[in-house]
Amino acid sequence: MIFSIALRECRSLFMSPLAWTVLAVVQFILAWIFFAQIDNFFALQSKLQTLKSAPGVTDLVAGPLFNITSIVLLMVTPLMTMRLISEERRSGTMQLLMSSPVSMTQVVLGKYIGMLIFFSIFILQISLMPLALFMGADLDSGKLLAGFLALFLLIAAFVSAGLYLSSLTDNPSVAAIATFGLLLLLWIINANSPNDASGNVFNYLSLIQHSNAIIRGVVSSTDVIYFLLFITTFLGLSIRQLDSYRLQH
Amino acid sequence: MPKTTLSTTLIKATGINRYYGDTQAVKDLSFELNSGDILGFLGPNGAGKSTSMQILSGTLAPDSGSIEINGIDLIEHPTQAKQQLGYLPEQPPLYKELTVNEYLSYSASLRGIKKEQQASAIDTAKQRCGLTEVGNKLINNLSKGYQQRVGIAQAIIHNPSVIILDEPTVGLDPIQIQEIRQLITELGQHHAVIISTHILPEVLAVCNRVQIIRQGELVYSNDMQSIATDSQTNQLELSFKNTPDLNTLENIPGVSIVEKLSDTDFCLELSTDNNEAEQSMNALLSKAVEKNWQPIKMQPRLRSLEQIFIDLTLHDNSSNTDEDTAE
Repeated sequence: MIFSIALRECRSLFMSPLAWTVLAVVQFILAWIFFAQIDNFFALQSKLQTLKSAPGVTDLVAGPLFNITSIVLLMVTPLMTMRLISEERRSGTMQLLMSSPVSMTQVVLGKYIGMLIFFSIFILQISLMPLALFMGADLDSGKLLAGFLALFLLIAAFVSAGLYLSSLTDNPSVAAIATFGLLLLLWIINANSPNDASGNVFNYLSLIQHSNAIIRGVVSSTDVIYFLLFITTFLGLSIRQLDSYRLQH
Repeated sequence: MPKTTLSTTLIKATGINRYYGDTQAVKDLSFELNSGDILGFLGPNGAGKSTSMQILSGTLAPDSGSIEINGIDLIEHPTQAKQQLGYLPEQPPLYKELTVNEYLSYSASLRGIKKEQQASAIDTAKQRCGLTEVGNKLINNLSKGYQQRVGIAQAIIHNPSVIILDEPTVGLDPIQIQEIRQLITELGQHHAVIISTHILPEVLAVCNRVQIIRQGELVYSNDMQSIATDSQTNQLELSFKNTPDLNTLENIPGVSIVEKLSDTDFCLELSTDNNEAEQSMNALLSKAVEKNWQPIKMQPRLRSLEQIFIDLTLHDNSSNTDEDTAE
């Protein structure tokens, strides 16, 4: 059941030009960044050789690429998730789901997984660039894997927030703006104390704090748990919201 | 209307209430429906038809009351109850970017039809709704009539015992309407069907039971046979070949002219008592022969369903709710 909903979601995404456009535009932009980073690396190479424990290709090319990808995702995810539920409400297809023998948990999980399938394709496509470096350089595969994990967790968190905000309104643009606002806020919430290592609440809440740590190659349970909590919270809220459709108005 | 002798109660609604804010959209709605019944749910716009349909299909929770679908409580066990239920909302719930086949296969799996049975279920549904030709077309490219049929196909694909259709023939051409009515009649033989509509001839054509709802309240509920009795009046429509003399006509005991339709056509009112009415009729006929009026038509005037509907819904209709946002 969950899988049919996920598959339908994914299929509908690829039926619209939006998904293809997003994939193409993002790929182009990130490729540009990627080449710029490689250029940088070549410029710095001579200096690096003089250093003792110099940063490698992974740090100088893949790291920044992942960082920029996460910023691009911040902008792209709201566009992809905005229609998840609001569109179903607007076009009346929600009635099909609600009159079918499926629980709202299945609907939410189905839609969530459908979107994750799309973004997995996205990550796969991005990952080809740093992976191509294996042809001519020694890469730190551990760090690279950590980077992919960070991207995936980030996406999973973004999508869960987008899904929830999409369930609150039947206007997709409102959902997109709200999602973008929320994610950006969580991104910069520690702007007042960015390097304060003490147990600052804002620091803990900040998305970038956790994703950056993993991109640097430090996969700590604190960060992973943060993402898992984030995802469960928003999925739970979405299920609650859908369940209450029958009651309110 | 064919009615199975072994009829089981497939839908049982008890005391349903639903509020939208302070407005009560549905007031104490109770009824039962057996297999083989086709219920026409009538009401003016904003009467609470769609709200009732949504409640019955489990997409909207009532504030109080209970609904049983084939013996399963819809509120307590929504998943099991909904397996027995097919619902076409006012606006067909279509994913326009999918083809008819893709859409139906999605609906089939949502309704829990097993993978190996899906193909045959889809084929049957397509056949019944006349969609076999357009299986590979995008729903978006279909005409409104075909889209409506896809909506119906979605509602019957899992062979549910209760089928709820909210205005199923809106936007169809006369031939399609005929086909859909045929289909509904067919479905009614083995299922319980509820259709909501404000097209009265449709009710006459397909339903064997009628309920009229006004401002959320059930004001009339009857089966078609009883409507025939309800529709009898003590008025008589008469046409003559020759112009009769008005005075003579009026002076026949027990006869009064209600309406003079033309020089030779009248509507007369007789006594409500059957014996007296018969006497007046005889007197009228002998007068007609005597004066050589040559009556060419004489029939009792029937109170049509339309008239019943208007009588029931027209008075006290000042405060329409704005819930029913039709078309």
